[in-house]
Amino acid sequence: MGSLFRSEEMALCQLFLQSEAAYACVSELGELGLVQFRDLNPDVNAFQRKFVNEVRRCDEMERKLRYLEKEIKKDGIPMLDTGESPEAPQPREMIDLEATFEKLENELREVNQNAEALKRNFLELTELKHILRKTQVFFDESVPAVYKSSTSHSSNKYRRYLQMADNQNEDEQAQLLGEEGVRASQPGQNLKLGFVAGVISREKLPAFERMLWRACRGNVFLRQAMIESPLEDPTNGDQVYKSVFIIFFQGDQLKTRVKKICEGFRATLYPCPEAPADRREMAMGVMTRIEDLNTVLGQTQDHRHRVLVAAAKNLKNWFVKVRKIKAIYHTLNLFNLDVTQKCLIAECWVPLLDIETIQLALRRGTERSGSSVPPILNRMQTFENPPTYNRTNKFTKAFQALIDAYGVASYREMNPAPYTIITFPFLFAVMFGDIGHGAIMALFGLWMIRKEKGLAAQKTDNEIWNIFFGGRYIIFLMGVFSMYTGLIYNDIFSKSLNIFGSHWHVSYNKSTVWNNKMLQLSPATSDYEGTPYPFGMDPIWQVATSNKIVFQNAYKMKISIIFGVLHMIFGVVMSWHNHTYFRNRLSLIYEFIPQLVFLLLLFFYMVLLMFIKWNRYAATNKMPYTESCAPSILITFIDMVLFNTPKTPAQGCEVYMFWGQHFIQVVFVLIALGCIPVMLLGKPIKIMQARKLANVQPITGADAEVGGMSNGGGGGGHGGAGHHDEEEMSEIFIHQGIHTIEYVLGSVSHTASYLRLWALSLAHAQLAEVLWTMVLSIGLNKEGWYGGVFVTVVFAFWAILTVGILVLMEGLSAFLHTLRLHWVEFQSKFYLGQGYAFQPFSFDSIIENGGSASGDAE
Amino acid sequence: MKICGPKCSLCGLIISVWGIVQLVLMGLFFYIHSVALIEDLPLKEEYDSLDEFYTAANSAYNQNAYNCWIAACIYVITLLLSAQQFYMNSRVTAN
Repeated sequence: MGSLFRSEEMALCQLFLQSEAAYACVSELGELGLVQFRDLNPDVNAFQRKFVNEVRRCDEMERKLRYLEKEIKKDGIPMLDTGESPEAPQPREMIDLEATFEKLENELREVNQNAEALKRNFLELTELKHILRKTQVFFDESVPAVYKSSTSHSSNKYRRYLQMADNQNEDEQAQLLGEEGVRASQPGQNLKLGFVAGVISREKLPAFERMLWRACRGNVFLRQAMIESPLEDPTNGDQVYKSVFIIFFQGDQLKTRVKKICEGFRATLYPCPEAPADRREMAMGVMTRIEDLNTVLGQTQDHRHRVLVAAAKNLKNWFVKVRKIKAIYHTLNLFNLDVTQKCLIAECWVPLLDIETIQLALRRGTERSGSSVPPILNRMQTFENPPTYNRTNKFTKAFQALIDAYGVASYREMNPAPYTIITFPFLFAVMFGDIGHGAIMALFGLWMIRKEKGLAAQKTDNEIWNIFFGGRYIIFLMGVFSMYTGLIYNDIFSKSLNIFGSHWHVSYNKSTVWNNKMLQLSPATSDYEGTPYPFGMDPIWQVATSNKIVFQNAYKMKISIIFGVLHMIFGVVMSWHNHTYFRNRLSLIYEFIPQLVFLLLLFFYMVLLMFIKWNRYAATNKMPYTESCAPSILITFIDMVLFNTPKTPAQGCEVYMFWGQHFIQVVFVLIALGCIPVMLLGKPIKIMQARKLANVQPITGADAEVGGMSNGGGGGGHGGAGHHDEEEMSEIFIHQGIHTIEYVLGSVSHTASYLRLWALSLAHAQLAEVLWTMVLSIGLNKEGWYGGVFVTVVFAFWAILTVGILVLMEGLSAFLHTLRLHWVEFQSKFYLGQGYAFQPFSFDSIIENGGSASGDAE
Repeated sequence: MKICGPKCSLCGLIISVWGIVQLVLMGLFFYIHSVALIEDLPLKEEYDSLDEFYTAANSAYNQNAYNCWIAACIYVITLLLSAQQFYMNSRVTAN
């Protein structure tokens, strides 16, 4: 029992499984998720294990599934995720699955290949289409341009030529010939003008052009035009922009050179007939072929889509199945084979309380496999430290996670998580006290809790959201507690509520108020009713602008210290539970008792002084106990510890609050100081004596073991942390010395550390007030009717800032400080956190983090 | 008709609800002349007589109360607007 306060009791068990039944049994255990298997052949590498073949086949199947998934995602087909988890299929079904995946993969690959080939074809045709279309334009324009160079000396011919071009616009052949004719008419120039046409990607074009110019010494003529619409690259589906070019040149030498350059720049050349009629014909042919290709491409896409849609329906299911099979074989690989090869031997950690359910699951597994021999679960004796297993539910899980983030508890150590459920939100709320901000936080938490199922179902990779959602119960509790402390501080968005009516009254008459800038209300007179405001701060402090902070600081500082000391005493008392549980008498007497005495006599005494001060001194009391005589607790405490003689008090006052205070203080300090050597030396000396005794009489077996810290080993020689080598005496002394110094100095610094409760609370209240006066007040201070519109705008601004700065940022900072108070100030008093977590073999967790699980299965 | 996206409309929805609740209450507190809110009134630094101060404060309290309620009414409008937007967005995602 007591599983809430300590981790679960664990047992190391040996499990004998018949070879045929092993698969089914492990599958059942995986569904259960309560067994952590140990690797029995740690020195055998992954490739020499028994079921390596099966694991490899599963890997292959997973690869195929991932390929399918990738293709499905590429097409944007929704995958059906029912969230159900089918049972691990029988080993013989694996072949069916493999065949299915093989078929699917091959089909898909074939379709993809076809599609790629078709697309390449399509690309070529579209490029050709563009070439034909663009060259048409080139031929229309190019001739006059070419002509220009040669006609500079015969402008009248050029003019005539232009005329001709106008007339014979539709017949480029004639133009070319015409030009040829013109050129031929020049003496000594009887050359044929050739050309090549092609397509090149746009970014390569300038370099290409330069290269052509240089290599051919400016003897070629390049024209280019952009293809406006991007073309699809068939290999990777990228959109690429390309340009059409056409190069005119003279002679074969230049032709080879140009072709080589084109090749070098990966430009694709296309045959382009010279005759316009041929070109037109070719264009027609290309168009029809493109259309044909389009229909074929469409059909291929349809086919691919059909295949993928069919696969998408089952994909998640298949993934689960394959991962389960793989996990089972991976687990079977951890087992030992016995000599007869008839059964597998496994070792596993099992929670004692669950042995029954595990045996039931094993029996189910045997029945399913049709085996006659039942599996044997056999408890083993071990000296090893068992793993730490804290049962959690959705509520305690987040709190346990906070504790485990510091360190997983040692086996059967006191678990601070249950106390954290209350202390964490409370200490947070002390720093965050504001009804308004608390309400926002609580509503957010409540919304997440109410919509829990829906929100949990839509898994996201948004890390921040996952953190918020994981801590929804913490957030809700923090919000509710903050509303409570906000009620105590009487703060709602930095304003106070006057619910019960202030217990202070203004007794000044109008003229006094009119003539004085500042007035005091004295608690000694009838200004104060004599009884405090029923709950929390009196709202009168809202208008006491000059000494509100002074008053609140005194109050908040004191309660911070009070809470801190109580929290630390609680931590020390927890260590008592640890010592008694581990039967560590030595630590109980020489650590726990002096620690507690030290803390009580010094710091708890200081807390008592605060209460005495609150109780004894009042403005209405007679002289030695009036408010002006109240001593400062801090000064009193410093004088007490340093044995100073206190300063003489004011006239009519007394130094001490009660009779015999000086004597009590001296005695307390002396006892507390006396505790230090006990902590420092008590345990090591006892151990030394015990060892000497053991050397004389080895049979008594008084092995006094000492772990590193408070509850390390068992004084009575119990099995728990038994069998490591005895530490050197000097090491024990050093450990104890460090531990003692840490505790003594720690209790001083930790007490001071709790002042952060006051500091953050003050900062939060001030920030809230600044936000109100600097933002919302501006909106409210507008005169006239348009102020309403102004208020609307300013309010939205103020609301966003409130959520962003005060709730989110301040909340985060208060959260971190609370976390620190728990990890350092509270847990250092008793918590070792040197255990290791129980990681049961569970299908749920394997499937949840699918990718990583397949990673560590290698 | 869709103007803003799902997040924007949700933000508008939340701020509107918050604004309505808080501004109606603040208007109420201004209306009953709550002393805690005196710093938020459009008052001058100095007044010549007590009565003058009282009349100015009283009218400022009432004015601020009405302003808060006006703002709350505006938030009712934005609430309706963003609710309609939210509805449109949720319908689009549902389809």
